[in-house]
Amino acid sequence: MYHRSQLPHGPPEYNSALDRPQPRSIAAGGPVSDPLFGAMLQSIIDGAPDKAVELAQQALASGIDPLDAINLGFAVGIKFAGDQFGCGKMFLPDLLASAEAMKAAIKVLEPEMLRRGSERETLGKVVLGTARGDIHDIGKNLVATILSASGFQIFDLGTSVTPEQFVAKAKEVDADIVGVSALLTTTMAGQKAVIEALDRNGLRPRVKAIIGGAAVTQKWAAEIGADGYSRNAIDALELAKNLMADKTTHKGLAPA
Amino acid sequence: MRPRIQLLSPDLIERILREAFELLMHPGVRVGSAVVELLSSSGAKVNNGIARIPEPLVRQCLASVPPDFYLYNRQGEKAVHYGGDDVHFDPGSCCVQILDPETLEARPSETRDLVRIVQVAEMLPQFAAQSTAVVCTRKNNDDVPIAIGDLYRLFVVLQHSDKPVVTGSFSAAGLQGMIDLLIADRGSPDKLRQQPRAVFDVCPSPPLNWSEFGSHNLLDLARAGVPAEIVSMPLAGGTAPVTLAGSVTQHAAEALAGITLHQLAHPGSPIVWGGAPAIFDMRTGGAPMGAVETAMLNMACAEVGKHLGLPTHGYLVATDSKLVDAQAGAESARSAMLGALAGINMISGAGMLESLACFSVEKLVIDAESIASAERLARGIEVPAETLATAAFAETGLSGEFLKLKETRALFRQEQHLPSAVIDRSARGAEPATDILTRARTRVHELVSQYRKPSLPEDVLSKFQAIIAREAAREANQPSLLSTN
Repeated sequence: MYHRSQLPHGPPEYNSALDRPQPRSIAAGGPVSDPLFGAMLQSIIDGAPDKAVELAQQALASGIDPLDAINLGFAVGIKFAGDQFGCGKMFLPDLLASAEAMKAAIKVLEPEMLRRGSERETLGKVVLGTARGDIHDIGKNLVATILSASGFQIFDLGTSVTPEQFVAKAKEVDADIVGVSALLTTTMAGQKAVIEALDRNGLRPRVKAIIGGAAVTQKWAAEIGADGYSRNAIDALELAKNLMADKTTHKGLAPA
Repeated sequence: MRPRIQLLSPDLIERILREAFELLMHPGVRVGSAVVELLSSSGAKVNNGIARIPEPLVRQCLASVPPDFYLYNRQGEKAVHYGGDDVHFDPGSCCVQILDPETLEARPSETRDLVRIVQVAEMLPQFAAQSTAVVCTRKNNDDVPIAIGDLYRLFVVLQHSDKPVVTGSFSAAGLQGMIDLLIADRGSPDKLRQQPRAVFDVCPSPPLNWSEFGSHNLLDLARAGVPAEIVSMPLAGGTAPVTLAGSVTQHAAEALAGITLHQLAHPGSPIVWGGAPAIFDMRTGGAPMGAVETAMLNMACAEVGKHLGLPTHGYLVATDSKLVDAQAGAESARSAMLGALAGINMISGAGMLESLACFSVEKLVIDAESIASAERLARGIEVPAETLATAAFAETGLSGEFLKLKETRALFRQEQHLPSAVIDRSARGAEPATDILTRARTRVHELVSQYRKPSLPEDVLSKFQAIIAREAAREANQPSLLSTN
């Protein structure tokens, strides 16, 4: 059976584009000197939940502030993974593995954070769901995973969510962003319905509405008055961060 | 199961060989004077430069050809396996024009173009070997005398690459200089024999003519133990019978004659059953490299070679289009797939436009994507896990969370070829969509900027320069003004 990698000595650069990113590229230039922090971010880049858990426990045992462990260790890894995905060097399974490792580490650190009365600063509260009639949720799930791993608080309403459900949840949790996913051109109308419902209930512009999905375009987003749209989960993270920055900047102007 | 396409039935292969052996007796083969003595003393009759080579002599020579051999990179590692169904690709050879990616006009190629091609091919794993891809037109006094062009091209490639090289000499006198260059690269003639870095294309002239220089090169290569690659190029309907089967038969006769000369000179020297067969275009009188029949000829010729247990070569992944357009993509990708499915050991031609008259570096990076797809197809459907699906479902149930499975992460890179950004699969964004030539230009720039020139030992470089100077002086009867960039 022919396989290039089975050749006795294939060209050495064959896998270079696909190689796992090396930690030293960030650890060397980063502000982190403690090797433990380096190992933390590496466990996220490697997508190794077991290792991440072990390192989180080690951090607690040595008295490291759990917030530092996140902000200087694990979160640096997730940021790096996102950047690598953005430039095509990491792929969705890698990114998800990184997010899972992040989740596992935070679970270990959370009790200590509660005990100390410190909380990881939430980047924002995001209500997510797929449009009414649409049961395709892989894109929405990716966005939830990436946003959550990056520090957003996610309220995932699942699939085929009605505009009323979106509005109710947004009010309940005082959401910053509502994200509506739709794969099908037929269910894209549901995105418009959610935005109209948010408007009707006076939630916008305080609550930002974002949309995504295979058939969704910038043009459609503009047409239905969405605050933004993104092509993939990593772009969605950028979008959500930018919207939060806008909100902070224009705080005084927004109706309470 | 590795997918394969076969075009010839066993009966037809036997018939092709039977008629090819007949052709070697009637009308016989034109040969250069260099091989007359060798042939006569071995039982072939040579009259007026026409040799009649009996089948038993050919069979005897076939028996001494190595069924496979390796080309080695600069570091002395095995890099290309000529034999079995292994498939490798290298860029096309000896274009005289290069397509300017900005103006889209063809202009005479120069040294800088060859360097750029080598740099890009060095960075792309799809190319197991380099080729002396374009002619370096003499531009000013600093450039090279045309007479040592072949030597100079190899010199440029060896300076800029660690990979093996598919090359060739257009003159009998020029070959020794090239072999000397390879000996300097390897360290000694023996080491070059043990770990050849290059294979030399040697071309008969259709129909059935091993010219003076072609014959001479075969003998010199055999004696030096440097692998030879027969590139027989019948043009069906023009310089060969119009039927594809007839052209394959002529190809077989030319290749059999070449192998006989080669093995008589030095039994056991490595040689490749190769070619660049094409149909003859009845409107233009050209050789359409992108035609499906041309691909069929290459596949069928290789099949005959495989039947004889020989290493194989073909000329595919080229196009007749003058631009890097849809025709170029369609023709090149199609023949890359067909060549891979035919199990041809070395497939030359990537990067070439305009029926092999013009080279495009941008096309080379696009062809690399077609080649990667072809290689993926040729690998077939594998079963790398213990169960096909049940283990995955045992883990995820009906959650549909396959993206999170360890299996997914462990296997997606081998199950799917992940193309470079040359291939657009992204969702539509706010910015305007780009065409493939635009993306290919970007990719070429990226690859060239990531490329690092290999560091040659000082003594090797000075040996190279001495050989070039010697050959230039021999050819031009004057000292060379070569620079070493």
